[in-house]
Amino acid sequence: MDTLEASLSMLTSQAILSYILKGVAFTLVIAVTAVILGLLIGSVLALVRNYCNKGGNRVFKWIATAYIEIFRNTPLLLWIFICIVFCPVPEFLAHPMFGLSSVETTLLYKAVVALVLFTSSVIAEIVRGGLNSVAHGQFEAGHSQGFSTVQIMIYIVLPQAYRNIIPTLLSQVITTIKDSSYLANVAVIELMARIGQIMSAAGRYNGLGTTNVSDVFVLYGFASLIYFIINFALSCLVRYIQKHKLKALPAGA
Amino acid sequence: MGGLFSADAWETVWRYRSTFLHGLGNTVQLAVFALLLALVLGILFGLMSSGGKKVLRAVARIYVEFIQNTPLLLQMCFLYYALAFSGHSIGILRTGMIALGVYHGAYMSEVIRAGIQAIPKGQTEAAQSQGFGYIGRMYYIILPQSIKIILPPMVNQVVNLIKNTSCLYIVGGADLISVTYSFVTGANTGGAYAPAYIVSGVLFFIVCFPLSTLASVWEISLKKREAQVNKNLAAGTAAGAEEGMV
Repeated sequence: MDTLEASLSMLTSQAILSYILKGVAFTLVIAVTAVILGLLIGSVLALVRNYCNKGGNRVFKWIATAYIEIFRNTPLLLWIFICIVFCPVPEFLAHPMFGLSSVETTLLYKAVVALVLFTSSVIAEIVRGGLNSVAHGQFEAGHSQGFSTVQIMIYIVLPQAYRNIIPTLLSQVITTIKDSSYLANVAVIELMARIGQIMSAAGRYNGLGTTNVSDVFVLYGFASLIYFIINFALSCLVRYIQKHKLKALPAGA
Repeated sequence: MGGLFSADAWETVWRYRSTFLHGLGNTVQLAVFALLLALVLGILFGLMSSGGKKVLRAVARIYVEFIQNTPLLLQMCFLYYALAFSGHSIGILRTGMIALGVYHGAYMSEVIRAGIQAIPKGQTEAAQSQGFGYIGRMYYIILPQSIKIILPPMVNQVVNLIKNTSCLYIVGGADLISVTYSFVTGANTGGAYAPAYIVSGVLFFIVCFPLSTLASVWEISLKKREAQVNKNLAAGTAAGAEEGMV
């Protein structure tokens, strides 16, 4: 098994390993950014879609609904391609930073915009589920205490809705980490893209001059191990929270 | 704006309409065969993980956890390159069907497991006491009850499956997204970005929107009916308690 040894020797190289691990860091940063921004945009979309039911406000409801349905029913990759061509890039981002060239930062920015747009539509539906799970009596109770609608949202409904959707949101982080691998299609610098880049020159790195099956197994196996460790830890956390919430509920009721 | 308002660009897209339809055909074909594989795997592993045998449950668990916690794109690349470099290449479409089928099979299996486990244990015990075997029990008692819980999330998975056919692009596939991309970068047709992306997006939307709407409407009506049943049950027991008191 000379080829396997040669393939494994790639992972012992300091340069390749740190290249991959930086990709992991970028994957995590991209996913977390996308979920946080997605949560902000998604919450607004969910509130508008759920509660703008009166008169002229209904236009906003239709816009939010159209946004959510359009992004939910088309693939992420399409939006990545669209943003690569059409997304404007602010001047201050088009510079080399984080050890990336200016071409890479603009590409990263555009791809992240696509991911945020896509993720926000998914999160909007999750938040809407949370909002619908809040009992209607909460609104009436709030009104009877003289809260305005905005105050009811901020102090009464949203906190309860968010608490109900914490496990689903964490699952969405897992999904987004996996979705961020689609960014590899446009050579953004996250984990999947970096593995692909090493793969395309594997013959040079393993010292044999040719790419073998063992390279595929070692490189993609290593990448899937990294993804698995991160996502499995998260999904264990999700299950832990769900279990404790189920236990807490009857005691509270 | 990438030819959004240029009649020429729209005309080019119209002239090459058969390309887009061919891509859509490939995507649908991929989705159908991947769905069949996903259903087979989903039923198999779903039954395994809701059954009593510990070994089978562990096997199903490993399959589901491993597939759900790694990206589809990675599985696709792995399968494609492993086959290619070992000299067993079976073509991009067939590789895609297998990768998509295995990936969504894990999700289907979770959906089916959740559906089966939602049925109260008393049903299984009652069936056993009446002498039903495993297959009879599943076929006559458990599955008919869980099918309505299973179907809405399953339709959602079909939507995801159709969208995920775009993962073929990374190995140079022939699905709708890949076709669109090679259209906008092609020598003869290049530049008509906006019209091509709009057409491709609309095609996806036409396929996916009815399905995802069906799934959510179905789910809502199911929840409503369940709430009604619970209400009736609660009212029934309350009435019964009152009668008892009198």
